[in-house]
Amino acid sequence: MQHTSTQDTLVGLFVASGIVGLFFLALQVSNLSSFVEEDSYTITARFENSGGLKPKSPVSAAGVKIGKVRSISFDPKTYESVVQMSINSQYNTIPDDTTASVFTAGLLGEQYVNLEPGGSDVFLQNDGKIEITQSAIILEKAIGQFLFKSAEDSAEEKK
Amino acid sequence: MIQLLQNLGATTRTSFTKLGRGTYFLLQTISGILSVLARPRLLLNQMYSVGVLSFLIITISGLFVGMVLGLQGYYTLSDFGAEETLGVMVAASLVRELGPVVSALLFAGRAGSALTAEIGLMKATEQLSGMEMMAVDPVKRIITPRFLAGLISMPILAALFSAVGIIGGQIIGSGLLGVDEGAYWSQMQANIDFQDDIINGVIKSFVFGFIASWIALFEGYDAIPTSEGVSRATTRTVVNSAFSILGLDFILTALMFGDD
Repeated sequence: MQHTSTQDTLVGLFVASGIVGLFFLALQVSNLSSFVEEDSYTITARFENSGGLKPKSPVSAAGVKIGKVRSISFDPKTYESVVQMSINSQYNTIPDDTTASVFTAGLLGEQYVNLEPGGSDVFLQNDGKIEITQSAIILEKAIGQFLFKSAEDSAEEKK
Repeated sequence: MIQLLQNLGATTRTSFTKLGRGTYFLLQTISGILSVLARPRLLLNQMYSVGVLSFLIITISGLFVGMVLGLQGYYTLSDFGAEETLGVMVAASLVRELGPVVSALLFAGRAGSALTAEIGLMKATEQLSGMEMMAVDPVKRIITPRFLAGLISMPILAALFSAVGIIGGQIIGSGLLGVDEGAYWSQMQANIDFQDDIINGVIKSFVFGFIASWIALFEGYDAIPTSEGVSRATTRTVVNSAFSILGLDFILTALMFGDD
């Protein structure tokens, strides 16, 4: 057995390295660091169909992530999907005639909300609402329409 | 035929008796925690032999596991043109599964077997009964410090394993194979959730530390006090720990990650 004070130092180093490891996992590996600077405001948009959008999906403008989806709920009166988004406070100049649309990153990637700023001088405040929205493109629907249309075309050609 | 049934009954009975003794032993061990906390020197000594001495094997294995994950992940992912998600793959598999499980298996092999042999030999050389003669409770004096040390060391070792493994994956992935380093980390950060992945991984390693230390100490305490008995107990420690860790891992994974 080693001298006790060396042993104490080694145990201390061991525990410290464990704490460093956990910190590394928390800050460098996981999304914990993105919670820390979370100084944000909430805006709401109503979509006819929000598709595969999930809470924590990114919200971006011009391709840059500026916030994330906080919650998605169904409005039983208007039959619309109500999407609440948290936008980082540093981006506080979003015009109130902004268009929100649900896009897909790549062909099979995850879905996100894209904000296309309008030209208004009035900016969205906390609890603001986006009036102009564009629903998610449902792949099945699009394929269905395409097939239907091509069938129609070929029927017309035969006439 | 009757003989067969008799044997079956006897085996069942002895295994249940053993489980009962094990549970009693565990309760005894836990009841000694307060008296150990009053004498932290005992705990510190055990932290050294259980934790610090396992440090090297855990970190080196972690590094190599991470490097292998980086290589294999890259070959598979590059077929789909998705090399950038290598970080997610390495980190998720390490933090959720490989970190807790492999470090617990190594822990059972490195520290658990040593504990069993140590306690078994103490029993064989009648040190434990000697303590009882001196009115020192051997469970409180010998077992509980080792149990606590295992319980504390295991999450630390698992966290180290994952952290070193992720760095190893990065060394291979972006250092050797040319995955973009920024993408490696940012994809990882975007997809690994602190609560769902990391906290659950820590809970897992805690459970594994509990079960591995319990089995190791009980097998030693329950060993037949001969050299053959101790060697058998050591074997049983490694086998039973491995079974329990892998079985529990399945249950814990089903409970924790069932939703998504």
